Amino acid sequence: MFSPEAVALAKECGLVMGRANLEEFAATLEALARADRNVLAVTSDSRGSGKLAPYGKALPEQIVEVGIAEQNLVGVAAGLASCGKKVFAVSPACFLTARSLEQIKNDVAYSDNPVTLVGISAGVSYGALGTTHHSLHDFAVLRAINNLVVVAPADNAETAFAVRAAAALGKPVYLRFGKAAVYSLPGDKDLALGRARLVRPGSDLAFIASGETVAHAHLAAEKLARTHGLQARVLSLHSIKPLDSAAVLAAARECRAVITVEEHLVNGGLGEACAALIAQSGARCRLHIAGIPDEPTVSGSQADIFRHYGLTMEGLHAAALKLLA
Amino acid sequence: MLSDRDLALKSLQYRLQTLELIHSAGAGHTGGGLSCLDILNVLYNRILRVSPETFGDAARDRYVQSKGHAVEALYVVLADRGFFPFSDLETVCHYESDYVGHPTRKIPGIEQNTGALGHGLPICVGMALAARMDRTGSRVFTLLGDGEIAEGSNWEAAMAGAHYKLSNLTAIVDCNTLQISGHTSQVMNSEPLDEKFRAFGWGVRVVDGHDLAALTEALSGPAEADKPTAVIARTIKGRGVSFMENVAKWHHGVPSDAELAQARTEIAAAIAALKGGAL
Ligand SMILES: [Mg+2]
Repeated sequence: MFSPEAVALAKECGLVMGRANLEEFAATLEALARADRNVLAVTSDSRGSGKLAPYGKALPEQIVEVGIAEQNLVGVAAGLASCGKKVFAVSPACFLTARSLEQIKNDVAYSDNPVTLVGISAGVSYGALGTTHHSLHDFAVLRAINNLVVVAPADNAETAFAVRAAAALGKPVYLRFGKAAVYSLPGDKDLALGRARLVRPGSDLAFIASGETVAHAHLAAEKLARTHGLQARVLSLHSIKPLDSAAVLAAARECRAVITVEEHLVNGGLGEACAALIAQSGARCRLHIAGIPDEPTVSGSQADIFRHYGLTMEGLHAAALKLLA
Repeated sequence: MLSDRDLALKSLQYRLQTLELIHSAGAGHTGGGLSCLDILNVLYNRILRVSPETFGDAARDRYVQSKGHAVEALYVVLADRGFFPFSDLETVCHYESDYVGHPTRKIPGIEQNTGALGHGLPICVGMALAARMDRTGSRVFTLLGDGEIAEGSNWEAAMAGAHYKLSNLTAIVDCNTLQISGHTSQVMNSEPLDEKFRAFGWGVRVVDGHDLAALTEALSGPAEADKPTAVIARTIKGRGVSFMENVAKWHHGVPSDAELAQARTEIAAAIAALKGGAL
């Protein structure tokens, strides 16, 4: 995922590599489930890919398998949740948020059943498997559904927080996890749903990023400081919805330029959400939406795809200089 | 419990009230409401352990109307059972009313928001699993249309219901042989439905969906041990009003003043006959 130069810079900055957010999710869920018998995982032949095999062994009464049937996964999860269960419906994000979108809309969000939908191996985590296995639409479609919190954690701390917050919230939630190991990021330790996490202060420009792209944005900010003396603010917008409009608008007002970064199509995702907010506020700043363009996605690994579309440290560094030029 | 005669009177009364409701709302699903009214009558007056007082109890029985478009019939039965006053129904389909044209949880007595087809059975599988986990003894029922059976999600749930041996789960199919664009056998044939459910591992009962005694028996318990139950209810779309029976246009036809008057006359005659017959 990271170039040798990025890895070296991360080391210089003291960043420590954590585990995959997916693994952090599974460990956190198991801890929650051990303490509360009403916590359930529902899987669609996805306990292996969801890192839930140990959970399933330890708590066989608290995992429900529905087979390869994502519509049924979400419907069953809604029925369980309506009876007081704290349900985590776990399935690859590509299938969960497309095949079962109507179940998400009606059975979870509209019926207000407190299901936590867990989209695993999201974005282009399954890079080389091709477009069938990519979820580059999920922010866009889920943002357009009322009564659904959408969260894409950047690191293990955000992941553990998000899993616990979702279980406690008692409302429909979508959590989006990648499967690559991620750096543990500096910045705010006190996290809240709907509130951006300030990873790095700065006011020359701002990176507003989410999920696994935040670490790349953070390294780009470090590189900009070293190469050009520019101080870039880095915000982790783990909550895509509700969006922290105050933090986004503060960035737009206080910085000369804003770059949004997401492992998602540029259509309808974090960038367009921020752009709509900024445009309607009257704030004026240069804006670039970094993401996957609306074209047949290049083939290759997640790292290849990030590099191809400029979502790495190097690409974001270059985009920042171009935007400020 | 209501006597057989009083139960039969309820069915007639519900028919008239459903037609009056659709007439006053100016919209509604007439034919499919009339085809499932006897099923709803038996469920709410004979089978389901639910009441306005116990609707919050975890151990209540659950009913999810997957064929949500027949909501007017459900509204009438719920009002009769005291979940809300009949006068609430004056606002059906009105601006800012909670009483929209498909079931929502805003209405007392309604478990889940439905209306998109193929959603009730998966939800009920989840409810039946929860009831088993918590040993509540709850039974879980859903009502499907025969046209709705074409939705693939039903069969995902049918597989799961049998896999988990959910004997507390019952799916009732209102087989009125019609759907919005014509005969189900021609639009997308779902028969033989009993064999399909049996092949999926369900216990199956096939009943006359307008025979209250047969429905009571079919819905009283699981058809077979360790299996969910499918009740294939053979019904008549538009049942109880001569000019509506088996006519596809009454899927969501709204009776005119004259048509309502004629229906009222027919139902009044049936009520008189029933009352006379008992004397
Ligand atoms: Mg039909």
